[in-house]
Amino acid sequence: MNKEGNTYTLIYSVVIVVLVALLLAVTSQTLRPKQAQNEAIDKIRQILTSINLSSTNSNAEQLYKEYITDAYLVDAQGNRTEGDAFDTEPAAELTKPEAERKYPVFEATIDGNKKYILSMRGAGLWGPIWGFISLDDDKNTVYGASFSHEGETPGLGAEIEKPEFTKEFIGKKFFDKAGNFVSIAVVKAGKTVQGQDYVDGISGGTITSQGVNAMLKASIGAYEPFLKIKL
Amino acid sequence: MNEKNKAILFNPLSKDNPVTVQMLGICSALAVTSKLEPAVIMAISVTAVIAFSNLIISLIRNSVPGRIRIIVQLLVVAALVTVINEILKAFAYDVSKQLSVFIGLIVTNCIVMGRLEAFALGNKPWPSFLDGIGNGLGYGLILVIVGFFRELFGSGTLWGFRLIPEAFYEAGYANNGLMILPPMALILVACVIWIHRSKDKNLQEK
Repeated sequence: MNKEGNTYTLIYSVVIVVLVALLLAVTSQTLRPKQAQNEAIDKIRQILTSINLSSTNSNAEQLYKEYITDAYLVDAQGNRTEGDAFDTEPAAELTKPEAERKYPVFEATIDGNKKYILSMRGAGLWGPIWGFISLDDDKNTVYGASFSHEGETPGLGAEIEKPEFTKEFIGKKFFDKAGNFVSIAVVKAGKTVQGQDYVDGISGGTITSQGVNAMLKASIGAYEPFLKIKL
Repeated sequence: MNEKNKAILFNPLSKDNPVTVQMLGICSALAVTSKLEPAVIMAISVTAVIAFSNLIISLIRNSVPGRIRIIVQLLVVAALVTVINEILKAFAYDVSKQLSVFIGLIVTNCIVMGRLEAFALGNKPWPSFLDGIGNGLGYGLILVIVGFFRELFGSGTLWGFRLIPEAFYEAGYANNGLMILPPMALILVACVIWIHRSKDKNLQEK
């Protein structure tokens, strides 16, 4: 058969595409359960990082059981509702109308003090970014934070998941003295802002830093009714 | 290993370097060299991908129709990278988390396509595999050199460890912000090329 002929070229491309598609489908299907398990452990580790606990893949689940004392969903009015907090994906919730969205809250008990862990989701430069932030029982002061991302530039935007960035948030407050929600700003290193707490962004990762800034405002802002219910 | 294969493996480290002589893969050299660690990860991944895609393409080189060879090459590279990523996700999740951001950069790396087109399509599998390893290492060498200087002067650290003592900062030393921005990578690559060519007169254009 003529190797440069149209028929050969056509058959060749069909065969190779089908082969590659099969290979990818089989790989993806067979490895899916194992991957899902890894993703769940990774999420647990991110939650634990937000309450300043370092974990390994093997002890993450045990630490989670030990420290996380309650997990539930809150609706847009801040009331506790039905549902599984762990399996609720903020990305899926964002596609619903605002009034129907539910937001996961995890409660942790550390040395007898209650911490609230809130979930965040936003956009970075190349793809989604997300994270967890834990608040003291005043529902205002940050106790710890963890960020993650899908594909931010290594060494630049990707630095948001490093402790050098996340530890800046500790002790910062989301509400001003008058009790209004003002969020925490992420600014260019060296800049300041009036009227709200701020942290230094990543140099060279400006768009990602702005993404974190917007994510804090939108995602934590959605919890505002819940955060205003003081015990 | 005979003389010819040795040349295939080691020439890309110096006089046939993919970055400084063939001028390939510059874009990813800008993207991942602001720190040393991602530069090394990228170097290892690219080496593995070029070696194995070279091997596969070389094995099927006699059956590929000339008109669609580029698409076939792209398909092989993309499939290879995706399968590796899926396997890592299942069995080495932490590694995959680190690598996933590089996947797009590996597929679009011109060195991969460049070597497939220039070497693997016309050579036997074993030399092709060696050519892939050699070019990957040659690329990695430049990445590490650039990453070393950018991290040291841009962040004052190496592999995340602080190297420039606090006392220097208190005395007025400041990190060079330009170092972590992409243009500085170009300037550093140019410096490497400059030094390389002044040492090796054969590379100088007449």
